[in-house]
Parts: sequence; structure tokens; C-alpha cells
Amino acid sequence: MLIYALKRLSVALLVAITVSLLTFSMIYLSGDPAMALAGESATQMDIENIRRVYGYDQPIIVQYFSWLGHALTGNLGHSHYLKSEVADVIFQRLPVTMTLGACALGFALTLSIPLGVLAAMRPNTLIDRFALTVAVIGQALPSFWFALIMIFFFGVALRWLPITGSSSWMNFIMPSVALGYYITPAVMRLTRAGMIEVLSSDYIRTARAKGLRPIVVLFKHALRNAIIPVVSLAAVQFGFMLGGSIVIETIFAINGLGQLAWESILRADLPMMQAIVLVLSCFYIVLTFLADLLNAFLDPRIRVS
Amino acid sequence: MSERILEVENLTVDIPVGGGMLHAVQGISFHVDRGETLCIVGESGCGKSLTSLAVMDLLPKKAIRGADKLALAGEDMLAAGERRMSDIRGNTMGMIFQEPMTSLNPAYTIGNQLEEALKRHRNVSTREARDRAIYLLEKVGITAAESRLSQYPHQLSGGLRQRVMIAMTLMCGPNLIIADEPTTALDVTIQAQILLLLAELQREFEMGLILITHDLGVVARIADRVAVMYAGQIVEEGTADQVFNRPTHPYTQGLLDCIPIPGKTDRSKPLGSIPGIVPSLIGRFNACHFAERCAYATGKCTEGNIDMRDADEIGHRYRCLLDPETCNRNAVREAAV
Amino acid sequence: MGDTVQKIDSVPVIADRTVDEPSPAERARKRMFSHFGFMFGAIVLLTIFAIAFLAPLISPHDPLDQQLARKLIPPVWHEHAKATWVHPLGTDQFGRDYLSRLIYGSQISLLIGFAAMLISGVIGTALGVAAGYFGGRVDMVVNFIITTRLSLPVVLVALAVVSLVGNSLWIVIWVLGLLIWDRFAVVMRSTTQQVRNLDYVAAAQAIGCSTPRIIFAEIMPNIVNNLIVVATIEMAHAIILEAALSFLGLGVQPPAPSWGLMIAEGKNHMLFDPWLVGIPGTALFILILSINLLGDGIRDVTAPENRN
Repeated sequence: MLIYALKRLSVALLVAITVSLLTFSMIYLSGDPAMALAGESATQMDIENIRRVYGYDQPIIVQYFSWLGHALTGNLGHSHYLKSEVADVIFQRLPVTMTLGACALGFALTLSIPLGVLAAMRPNTLIDRFALTVAVIGQALPSFWFALIMIFFFGVALRWLPITGSSSWMNFIMPSVALGYYITPAVMRLTRAGMIEVLSSDYIRTARAKGLRPIVVLFKHALRNAIIPVVSLAAVQFGFMLGGSIVIETIFAINGLGQLAWESILRADLPMMQAIVLVLSCFYIVLTFLADLLNAFLDPRIRVS
Repeated sequence: MSERILEVENLTVDIPVGGGMLHAVQGISFHVDRGETLCIVGESGCGKSLTSLAVMDLLPKKAIRGADKLALAGEDMLAAGERRMSDIRGNTMGMIFQEPMTSLNPAYTIGNQLEEALKRHRNVSTREARDRAIYLLEKVGITAAESRLSQYPHQLSGGLRQRVMIAMTLMCGPNLIIADEPTTALDVTIQAQILLLLAELQREFEMGLILITHDLGVVARIADRVAVMYAGQIVEEGTADQVFNRPTHPYTQGLLDCIPIPGKTDRSKPLGSIPGIVPSLIGRFNACHFAERCAYATGKCTEGNIDMRDADEIGHRYRCLLDPETCNRNAVREAAV
Repeated sequence: MGDTVQKIDSVPVIADRTVDEPSPAERARKRMFSHFGFMFGAIVLLTIFAIAFLAPLISPHDPLDQQLARKLIPPVWHEHAKATWVHPLGTDQFGRDYLSRLIYGSQISLLIGFAAMLISGVIGTALGVAAGYFGGRVDMVVNFIITTRLSLPVVLVALAVVSLVGNSLWIVIWVLGLLIWDRFAVVMRSTTQQVRNLDYVAAAQAIGCSTPRIIFAEIMPNIVNNLIVVATIEMAHAIILEAALSFLGLGVQPPAPSWGLMIAEGKNHMLFDPWLVGIPGTALFILILSINLLGDGIRDVTAPENRN
């Protein structure tokens, strides 16, 4: 198990380094980062100033390593626009996005896993067709449009839920649903497919032959095995959701990382943009690593190989 | 007179399929007494596995089971609901399946799965269940039983897994064990060991044993009584001696002819085989199922259903219109040899 | 030794029976036409393609023509004095005919969806087949590349890149194409691995076929099913992404009638004129739904054993 963990860890580190390289080089897509940062109405002096302050006049290699070095010690740069340390701002807004992501994931799992299990238990019946219809429709709805529809009905027409801000838990209902429903189809289908396969396996037949009660067979024996790929998928999707939260946060005016990313893109706040992409990517890498470990924990066969 | 553990009368299994209704098992009757081993033999697709699943009530959802009588130690199982059946399964009646590699849950330890089998039906502590598990693991010939308990199925070989399956079936001390081709998926060297183990355990625990197989060699070793199945019906039944040495139904004879005997079978002649293929069991079939492939078939054989009839000895029955003398080629064989 | 027992009126043995069944192609065709999802998806998609193709012919007005005197006219089914058949789907806040914008918008969605799918398809398939066929180090490297790509937040990176490089139609297409190839790579890799181990590939190698020939003649035909299914998934994916980018203002630029952009522009008037948001959104929904149904249908028809 330890060897497995170490192997996954070294891969994760390598990926992190590559991602850092990519994120770093991203700002050069605009040609001259100093010019992009300075904005349209800047003078030549401003640009030169910025170039010096941000170190864009250094050789690229030096820039990369100094940036990386700073990042590792928690210094993600300085935001010209917000007049504060990037790291501070990011970690101030991070919890909001995390909460949103967690709620969305919770919503998605609570809806999709039971639905998938039910559909698998009664394939080709009404509940199965219903589940698959939900999946098909969910996959075709763009999340930003779905959010607007919900706002229109629940926020404006019915006035049940608040539309903007992140002050109370009620504020998180619609954004969580808007963010979470998008991964529901994939998780439901995987649960359903996994359960169908597992339910027809030999060890389930053995469990029944032992006289175990149906609930025990379903949860202790079947779901326990079927859920393994779903765990990986859920972790992966959680990462996607964090990245995709930018759209939802903008619509609902939620003060999270996505909103921050949006603002920094609009303002060409390069250090901030870089840092957010880096932080999200690293978080995602950690997430996949943890999912791998969880996988190994759930499936004894993986540990040995 | 030994106690009758299982009594089956006129068991049928029908499965709706695309082209109609598949009559997989067509009115078979058999019984097993305590301490007796009944071997059900037949080729793939003859319905023997479905028979065992029907007895356990573990048929796939689409399948329809019917019987005049199905009694386990006197209790009527036809009237038993699913609750009662799940109390019986793993408790007074157990089953061993063909594929040991996939019959155990990969996510739990051997110990967990063994103990679970006992705790489901008896009010025992984990400690007691564990002790019983160790006792049975040793009984089935697994060394270092205690440390095995914390191992996972994928850490054991096929032969070991099958022994674990046997131990698991014995956890509650059943009256009857149904073993559906328990050795087919194992190495030839292990097969003999597992079979002898089963026979030994049966004697020691005084159980009834139904062994389902297509391997006649296996049957010869441990069967007390034999039922030969073909295309959903039992075509011959009797003691092992009767069926092997005085086979009366042409199919049984054909089966036995297929086995080359070192020293006796003529090397220059082609090996025995039964020409043709098994008939389709979809839809009504009022004739002898074997007629198409039978060397002795007459027009009468395809006119209606054939019932079982007695052969020359008590307890030896077969399903054919022809008289034992005509069918009994033993005289011919012995003369030829 | 001899068989001295007489045969009595023996019944002829039917040793050779031929099986009368339709060919695989016929069966596939039958499955196709009886599969609701496939037919629905195919017909709707073809209709949208036709609309996009014939846009100049069927569009009642110029989608860019602003007539401020006629702004915010509701669609015909509204009980409203201003509603008129001249503008069946109403007009937006600049007085532009919504039906015409919708029709021309289909061109943008389909173009971006198709082009991005092709680009990502080429990249992903090349990587995936290489990894699956050659295995070993090639596989390790490709896996690493895929893992790295998967670690990047796609929407964020797309937005950032577009904001830095500029947002013409083709930049959006290329950015999307360069970002969404991962599923192609993953699926093609596993499919190639499965196919690679089959006997006919070994046979081709044994008679000395060159590697490109094996890849194109033996492997590709057998992974085409999966390729098409993934292609539909990614086309839908690209369309949704472009709509999201345009919604945020960093995709196709106004006054182009991208459906995502139309939703964004209509957002502020949603309270009183909800159709501004409802109509383009419904169009997106129908387009994506049909693509998804078509993809599912293709998978079901060509390989029913892979069906859900």
C-alpha cells in the first residue's frame, strides 16, 4: 500500500511541476505581459515600471524559478489592481468556492447514486427510463441557462430563494443545484452500469445462496463493489466543478474563487490569473491522488498489484 | 431406511425468450436420501444447472418454476415464500458453484464472508463464528487456517478458494449440499482432491449431496445414484453400478461409448461419438428428444411424449420405447470384447 | 468386433442444419431505424444542419440589422399588441429579428462544435492510438500528458487564453480543440489496447505488415464505433463551452448571433422579456440533446453490448 501511495505521489508531483510550467508560460501568450498588465492607457514609463517590478525583464528561466520558488513558500505574487498579496486574496475567497463545490457534490451524489441503484435493480422499467431520461436531459442543459431559468422561476416569479450574494445558506441552494446537476448524469450512469454488472456477478449469487437478506446483499456486497469507480469519478468531477464554478459564481454574484478569476481576467491581472489556475490545478492533483488512495483502500486487489 | 432429504416431483423450468418459450427443464423427478450422493450428469445445456437453481429458488427473474412436489426434509418449499427460502438457503441447504475464482466477494476477507454465513442464521458471537470458521477451514484441508481468515480472495488459488466455498457451505451444518460442477474450473490434479474431500465431508456430516457434472469419470468415483439428463429430461436413472455397467438408454450408451478405455478400445476404429446436435427446446416438443440422433429410433418415437419405465432391476428406470433387451448392448459389447 | 444389432426403421439424422438469419448489416439497419433516440437525434441534427446551411435563404431578416423602433417585440404566441408574424420570435433590445439571429446562430454553434471536435479528435486519437498500440514508454508518456491536461481547469484556462490572445472565432475553435482532446485519448487508448491483443492483429504482424498499415487497416476500422461516439460527445461539449465562453463575453464577439451571447445579452431583460433568454437556450438544449441522443444511438446500434 505504501509503495502504491509513493508511486502515485511521485506522479502527482511530476504533473504539478508540468502544470506550473504551463501556467507560468500562459502569461506570455499575450506577447508582452508587462503591456497586458499595464492596460491600454498606460505610458511607456508605466510599462517599464511594471516590467521591472514584476521581474519581466529577467531571463525566462530565472523568472520561472523565482516564481516557482516564491509560490512554494506561499508568495503567489502581488496584485496590482487589488493592491494586496495574491495569496491572501485567494485564500480568503477559497472557502466560499469550496463550500459551493461541496454542496454541489452533495446534491449530485444524493440524487444520482440512489437513482442509479434503483435503476439497476429494475432495469428497463419505469424508474430506469426515468433515471435515464433525467440523465439525458441533464447532459443537454447548459449550466448557465439552467441557472437563469431557476433564477427566473424560484427567485423572481416565485420569490422563494435569494438571487445573489453568499450571505446565508439559502443563497447556496440554487447555485449548488446549477453546479451539481451537470455531473449527475455521469455519476448516475456509472452507478447504474456498475450495479447492473455487479448484481449479475458470481459472488452476489453466492451471497444469495447463503441466505443473506436482500438489503445486505444490495449494500454490503453489491454497492460496496460498484461504488469504487464512482468514487474516482466523483473526485474528478469535483475538480471540474471547481473549475466550472466561474460561470455559476458570476451569475449568482457569489464571492468565491471563480468570481475572483473572472474579475482578474477582465482586468488582465496576470499574477492573479496565474495563481488561481495554479492553485486550482494543484488542488485537483491532490484530489486525484486522494481518490487513488481511496480507491486502493476500497479495492484490496489494487493494493497488491 | 434413510431419511429422505430432498424430494422433487415433476419439476419444470420455463424461460420466455425471443422466439417463444424455452422449456429448459421438462418434468423431472428425483430424490436424495441422507448420506447419499446423487450425480446428475449431462452435456452443457441439458438443464442440470437450472435444476439446481430451481431447487434453491435462485432462478433468474424471468424463469418460471413449476413442480408437483418440492420438499426439503419434509418441508414443502413450493409454499415457502422468499423470506422462508432465504432462511433455508445457506442454513439447511447449501450450494457450491462452478467458478471459485469469482464466487467470493473481492472486497471482504475470507473470515468476514465465512462468519457472515453463520451469523445470518444463528445467534452467535463473532468469536464463536470465527472458531467455527477455523474449524471448518481445517476440515477442508486448509493449513494455517487462522491466518487465512484475514486474507482476501484474490490472494488464494482456485483450489483453495473452492475449499473455502465448501467450508462456507458447511458453516450452518446443512442437510443437503448441491454442488454444481465444483471441479470443472480447477486443475485436473486438484479435481480429485476436491471430490474426495466432498465425499469425506458428506460421510462425516451425514448430509445428502447432489453433484452436477458432465464428467463421467467424476461420477464413477463418488456417485451412489446417477440421473442422466438430456435436453431437459432425465433419460435414465439408477444406482451407479446399474447405469454404468448396464446402461439401457441409447444416449447413456452413447455417452459411455465416447470414453476410450485403455487396453480395450480398438485403436484402429474411430472414437465413439453421437452424431447430430441437441434439439431446440423452444416451443412444444411431443416426441423423444433423442430420436433424431438415435440409432434405434422408429416412427413411433416421434409420435408423443415418452414416459419413464422400469428396466430389469429395481430402482433402474429409463425413458425409451424400446425394451431393455433391445437396448441393452451389454451382451453385444461383452461378446465383442 | 462388429455391430450385429439391426437398425429398425431408422429416422434420418439431421447432422447439418443451416441457420437462416439476416446478415449483420441488415440487423444493424433494422436496429437503427427502430431506435428512437438515434432517429430523433439524427433527424433533428440534420434539420439544424439544413437550417444552418440554408440560412441566407430561409432567414426572414438580416440578423445584424438593428431597428431600434422595433425593439423588444415579443414572439407571436404572446398576447401582446406588438406581436407580429413579421418577427415570429420577436426582437431583441436592439430591434434585431430573433428568428434570423437564431438561424444564423446555428451556423456558429455547428461550425465551432464540428471544428473543435475535429481538432481535438485528431490530437486525442493520435495520442490514444499510439499509447494503446505501442504501449510501454509511449503509453507512459501519453498517460502523463493526459493526466497533466486533466489537471487544468478547462473553462478557466480557455477564458484566460482567449483574453490574452484575442477572441476571434478561429482562436476560440483552436483553444477549445487544444483543450478537449482528453476523452478521445483515453477512449481510443483503451479501445486500441483491447483490439491490439486480438488475434487478427497478431496475424497481420506475423505476415510482416508495416506498422502504419496495421494501424490503418486492422485497428482503425474496429475502433471507429467508439471514435464516432466520443466525437458526438465532444462536439456537444465544444458547443456548450463556446456558449459558456460567449455568455461570459469571451467567446464569439457581438454583434455575432452566438446563442450563448444572445442569452447573455438577454439576461438583463429577463424579468420582463424572458423569451430573450428562453429561445436561444431552448435551441442550445435541442441541439445538444440531439447530438447526445445520436451518439447514444450509434453506440447502441453498433455495439449493443456496450449499452447502458
